[in-house]
Amino acid sequence: MRLEYFQMVDRITALDIPGRRIVTACQVPEQSPVFEGHFPGYPILPGVLMIETMAQTGGWLVLAILGCTKMPFLMQVEKAKMRSFVSPGQAMQAEAHLVHEGSGYAVVKASITAGGKKVTDAEIRYGVVPFPNETLKAAMLETARRVGLPEEHIHAA
Amino acid sequence: MASTYETVAGIIADTCDIEPDKITPDSHAINDLGIDSLDFLDVAFAIDKAFGIKMPLEQWTQEVNEGKKTTDEYFVLKNLCKNIDALVAAKAA
Repeated sequence: MRLEYFQMVDRITALDIPGRRIVTACQVPEQSPVFEGHFPGYPILPGVLMIETMAQTGGWLVLAILGCTKMPFLMQVEKAKMRSFVSPGQAMQAEAHLVHEGSGYAVVKASITAGGKKVTDAEIRYGVVPFPNETLKAAMLETARRVGLPEEHIHAA
Repeated sequence: MASTYETVAGIIADTCDIEPDKITPDSHAINDLGIDSLDFLDVAFAIDKAFGIKMPLEQWTQEVNEGKKTTDEYFVLKNLCKNIDALVAAKAA
């Protein structure tokens, strides 16, 4: 994870398109400017970044299902619970499954585990729209390859 | 069993915090009830779930944008309910 660049997902470790599920690995860095403020003397991963991590994990699932032809933008977070602190250096596993694929929107349920226990979960909703420009599309496809999205789910783009 | 209109009106009242007596079959979801795009996402999700359908919102929006349809045809509640009934019937067929 590179928190200051909002790169939350390191790697897609499991992708089950028929089952509408994804798992990602997210290694919290030992050091980040984020921890200097959150909090001085007691560094923990901000809850909003846990939510972002779940949103990106679910986002990769939506992108994979759509063959990277459209972009899911975070629109709504429901019932988010921060169940435990996450410290610098911890390895997190994020999971998401698609609850509903609507017309122009998608809904996932997501969670993160760290140290063998669930640290957060939420229902996340996305507006799913055409890529607003080629720059973003190219960046997303490049990132898709970096995080290990199988090539067959990138081809449609 | 609740009618399509009763179900949809109930969803809108609950989801958008609108007094039920302000909702009528002739209400326009956007122009009269003031439902914005984020609230409409909630409404659409609830309707899709309640009726087991996938409202083709992208197609409807495109038809409105191209001038082929008016928003009244999709977003006045009695018309929305007719479209939902048609989608449910098509799914059952």
